[in-house]
Amino acid sequence: MQMKRWLGSLVAVSLVATLAVGCGGNKDKDKGTAKGDFSVGLVTDTGGLNDESFNQSANMGVQKAKNDLKVDVKAQESKKDEDYVPNLTRFAKDKRNLIWGIGFKFDKAIPEVAEKFKDSKFAIVDSNLGGKIPSNVVAVTFKDEEGSFLAGVAAGLTTKSNQVGFIGGMSSPTIKKFEAGFTAGVKQANPKATVKVVYAESFSDATKGRSLAKSLYDGGADVVYHAAGGVGKGLFDEVKSRQAGKYWAIGVDMDQSRLAPEHTLTSMVKRVDVATFEITKQAKEGTLKLGTEVNFGLKDDGVGLSKNSKISPEVMKQVEEFKQKIIKGEITVPSK
Amino acid sequence: MIGKLNRNSTLISSLISIVLGMLVGAIAMLLSGYDPIAAYGALFGSIFGSASDMGETLRTITPLIFAGLSVALAFRTGLFNIGVEGQLVIGGLAAAFVGLKLDLPPVLHAIVALVVGTLAGAIWALIPGLLKAIRGVHEVIVCIMMNWIALFLSNYMVGKVLSNNSDSTEKIHPSASIRVDFLTDLFDGARVHLGLILAILAAIFVYVLLFKTKLGYELRAVGLNPSASEYAGMSVKRNIIISMMISGGIAGLAGAVELLGTNEYLSINASLPGTGFDGIAVALLGANTPMGVVLSSMLFGGLFNGGNNMQYVAGVPFEVIRIVFATIILFVAANIVKQVGNRKSRKKKGENAGA
Repeated sequence: MQMKRWLGSLVAVSLVATLAVGCGGNKDKDKGTAKGDFSVGLVTDTGGLNDESFNQSANMGVQKAKNDLKVDVKAQESKKDEDYVPNLTRFAKDKRNLIWGIGFKFDKAIPEVAEKFKDSKFAIVDSNLGGKIPSNVVAVTFKDEEGSFLAGVAAGLTTKSNQVGFIGGMSSPTIKKFEAGFTAGVKQANPKATVKVVYAESFSDATKGRSLAKSLYDGGADVVYHAAGGVGKGLFDEVKSRQAGKYWAIGVDMDQSRLAPEHTLTSMVKRVDVATFEITKQAKEGTLKLGTEVNFGLKDDGVGLSKNSKISPEVMKQVEEFKQKIIKGEITVPSK
Repeated sequence: MIGKLNRNSTLISSLISIVLGMLVGAIAMLLSGYDPIAAYGALFGSIFGSASDMGETLRTITPLIFAGLSVALAFRTGLFNIGVEGQLVIGGLAAAFVGLKLDLPPVLHAIVALVVGTLAGAIWALIPGLLKAIRGVHEVIVCIMMNWIALFLSNYMVGKVLSNNSDSTEKIHPSASIRVDFLTDLFDGARVHLGLILAILAAIFVYVLLFKTKLGYELRAVGLNPSASEYAGMSVKRNIIISMMISGGIAGLAGAVELLGTNEYLSINASLPGTGFDGIAVALLGANTPMGVVLSSMLFGGLFNGGNNMQYVAGVPFEVIRIVFATIILFVAANIVKQVGNRKSRKKKGENAGA
């Protein structure tokens, strides 16, 4: 009986295998390699291409490069952390000229693959690889704290209850940057205001985001900012169920106002698309400096508040003033 | 005749389930406007395509074998170890600890890390085992809770102890790595490592343990009928605890192997890795036998790794593979093939009796 059982599985597997090889014969393997003179590969982290966040934004940038610069673009989603290396390798073997790894989660995979494929160029978003950047890699980082500071100023000046909230994704240094900048912004603009900070310990659990948002609003906060990826969708669901003009949410990464048009005060926009387009353009023109970190801040329009906002004109004026002060270096925004 | 075959073996049943699963996947692809032949071609082409593809497939298969064995072993004793996930995380954490914090000579370092990882997994599983044996608390509930404790403990340790407030640890010392040059070269740079060999050894171990030893006989007896086993003089409690610990040990080893071979670092994760849950499916399709587990791991590992290539070449979303995976499990679990077979043969018998 035992014997029969596993024999069963054996036959099953080998049959499928044979079937597969049969199918495999007539497939068009070159489909993936049809490309122009300059080709780009983009590998997302586990968030995927439609994460309403930096993966999506990064893809917008390279898609723009596809249209404007006529480069060939191919994007691949990763389903597990273990997929980063094989996905990058696939593009490298395909002899793509520039290969993007989107997100700090690539900070081990990019150096590993870059080491093996010296002739390919790689770029990573949101990590400086601890300063050890290989000679065929460019590290793209953002001053998230500067953008978050402005969001904090807007929140601090808009709040009526003098209580604002922050929902973080994972309590990790990457997200602490947002928290630190935001808190500093609120305090500078409105010393009386307090910031209540909560973490979802997830980047995808929208239900958790909603319950956290509910407890923040119920606890007296009237403006809540999030840096929590998919968790943030819960924040918008919650704020939509409340009185417009009284309760506000602040989005992150992209302009998120379409999630709750009447309730979105503004969004802290991280122009990953600007960065991916800019770097891709430089790579195509051959002017890209490798082995270094390129840092996008308020100065370079790499971060900032979305144009589409419900911030009142008086508040907006002060936000502008703070922005200029940061650019001039009169205010140094803390990052942790 | 076919009815008889169907009733008596999982052979046809598994096979038909797999084919049906792939058909459903093909229908899903057609409905969303993709070409299933190109997609499946890309999928299987990559499994056997190049040396590095094959290597990555083997790398994907490795943790599935461990996870499947872990679930299958507990299942034999009538326990549903849904905590493989957490035991795996703890095994990885323990191995990372050894790999980063200790300085030992090459081979020894890796062995210590593997052993510590295994023990950590076993201890993690001991808790639900003890609670089940002594207090009668259902292991599923405890295991699910333990999974989250494991995940957040690991996240905490990565941030506060194993790194200086960072999202991930440094790479482990090379002396603790179980990647070996000859395997890497053989598979053109793919991350195949000694874990594969350990997984095969683990399968042999589970087979010998379950079917060739007195302990294994007791474990299976308790699984089949606890009351009868108790009456026959076996200690049900003792067997439950032992089964959970061995199961957890295998899961812990899986975590250690993944860490020391595949990733070589540990990072903060927002969700559980999912390998343990896949292990449940692997054990189910493998009919809880070690050989079956190895084979079904090969199938699912191939599907998962090939799925990425399918996305790359044919542009079909990876989710299609999840559909295939889920439908295969559904067909196996619901025993649809056998049901149909039984009904047919019963009908025939009825006709014969009538005539």
